[in-house]
Amino acid sequence: MGSIRKTARDSLAGRLSIGFSKVANAWGSVVIQGINTLGDISLFAWRMFLWMVSAKPRSGTLMPNFYAVGVLSLPVVALTGTFIGMVLALQSYHQFKTMGLESKLGAVITMSLVRELGPVLAATMLAGRVGSAMAAVIGTMRVTEQIDALVAMGANPIHYLVVPRFLACVLLIPALTIMADFMGIVGGYFFSVIVFGIDHAQYLKNSRDFVGGFDFFTGIFKSVFFGAIIAIVSCYRGFHCQAGAEGVGRAATSAFVESFVMILAMDIVLNMFLDGVHSTFWPTSGSKLL
Amino acid sequence: MITTVISKSPPSESAIIETQGLSIRFGRQIVLHQITLSIPRGQTVAIIGESGCGKTMLLKSLVGLLPATEGSVRFDGCDLKSLSEQELTKLRRRFGFVFQNAALFDSMSIQQNIAFPLDQHGVPSGATAQSLIEQRLMEVGLPTNVLTKRPSQLSGGMRKRVGLARALILQPELLLYDEPTTGLDPIMSDVINELILRSQRRYSVTSIVVTHDMHSARKIADRVIMLYPYSRLLPGESQVLFDGAPEQLEESKDRRVRQFVRGEAGERLMELLSSSNMSHVDETPRLHETIARREAE
Repeated sequence: MGSIRKTARDSLAGRLSIGFSKVANAWGSVVIQGINTLGDISLFAWRMFLWMVSAKPRSGTLMPNFYAVGVLSLPVVALTGTFIGMVLALQSYHQFKTMGLESKLGAVITMSLVRELGPVLAATMLAGRVGSAMAAVIGTMRVTEQIDALVAMGANPIHYLVVPRFLACVLLIPALTIMADFMGIVGGYFFSVIVFGIDHAQYLKNSRDFVGGFDFFTGIFKSVFFGAIIAIVSCYRGFHCQAGAEGVGRAATSAFVESFVMILAMDIVLNMFLDGVHSTFWPTSGSKLL
Repeated sequence: MITTVISKSPPSESAIIETQGLSIRFGRQIVLHQITLSIPRGQTVAIIGESGCGKTMLLKSLVGLLPATEGSVRFDGCDLKSLSEQELTKLRRRFGFVFQNAALFDSMSIQQNIAFPLDQHGVPSGATAQSLIEQRLMEVGLPTNVLTKRPSQLSGGMRKRVGLARALILQPELLLYDEPTTGLDPIMSDVINELILRSQRRYSVTSIVVTHDMHSARKIADRVIMLYPYSRLLPGESQVLFDGAPEQLEESKDRRVRQFVRGEAGERLMELLSSSNMSHVDETPRLHETIARREAE
């Protein structure tokens, strides 16, 4: 009886050990693959940077990308910005009212929008609308040998396809962020003043008093990095697209998911950096809301 | 319109492109192993062989689209590996590449597609460039009204001809074709063959054509090279099973060459079936058993 129990215990331990090693193996592969991908993306970004500084992009490749990134993204960014501002007012109003702070709503909404929600929202919309499309277009070009055709005809695909997209994202995302900020503030004002009846003058005064130029700068500064992430990750995914319709679909999905995760990770890093800059240069001012 | 059969040009002896011990590997998979070839200027070479034997890889490695894992490729005496990206780009002005599915840029009109190499190599767009584009289009038998169309509006044969016009626009010294007649009807296939012969005579271009189409290979080629998949070679065997005139194909001593030329499955079907049987257990009896049990229940 005892030997049967011992064998069962041994086999259970053996199974557990095998199971654990399988899990460790799987996680190890994921980590190694993640580090490899990150290294690959860094090299890809470096090559893009070298091409960007060594050869001027052609206006024929630049303008269509500026149009797709800037002009065509504007309506959707404005619309989502408005709704976010409204939702923010709706969610915050009741909580602030219980504390008797509803007159400060303008400051909270404006601060949240210009520092965080505006740039992250604009970047998310851009990653979804433009990033996925970039990965799908470049991926299709890869699987239909159009990228090989570019090379065969003496064009460098990084210079021809990636540099214009990168420049369009980096140069135009600040404008989209400003639009998201503005429409969010308008949406928040509308809900707070028109719907909830907060005093118009109080709302504007608090917004002006508590939100400073550095807060606006923070949002715009961060958006440039978000734009760079969207362009590099999406183009990288397109370039490394697997064959077939499924490969193109997977590239487009990965472009959005990876861009979004990297945007949020970069957001934390940049916030820490900017807080450090703020406390170094303006050590006494602190947060105006406190 | 394009029906006259044009005689093949006599090859000159100076090699325009050479490979020396060229190998291409992807991880552990060996696609090309120690390929040594020399292609004289003006010759038209057909590279034949079954799917997956590395024909397209060889073609792409000849223009530096695919870097060699080992060995070298020399174009006009110049080792491609020793060139910088800029030098290689400049050298590619002397190549033309006709891709399997034409690889026309979807986002551009036919006009922009054909003009692309001119634009890349600094030829100013103007009356001269426009007349050049129209001339090339006429040479491949297409009307000028296709210039404003998009690639998606053209048939497969038309797209291939636009691809040929684009490859010819800079009058290259070496023209590479990747399965130019695949997926086309017999008439259109022959039109493409005739166009290849015409281009060769008109521009004295050296042509390398990857094809499965033996009719095409016999018609256009001065020389045929047959590759064989590395994984199925006998120990010590060369991957180049045949290298000679098309007329000698039938007399080849190698049974695999004769089978390929005649399009005979031979023992290949049994090989495929036995390899698939080894990797898969036949589930049919078990399936029948399950169905019978379900029905009985």
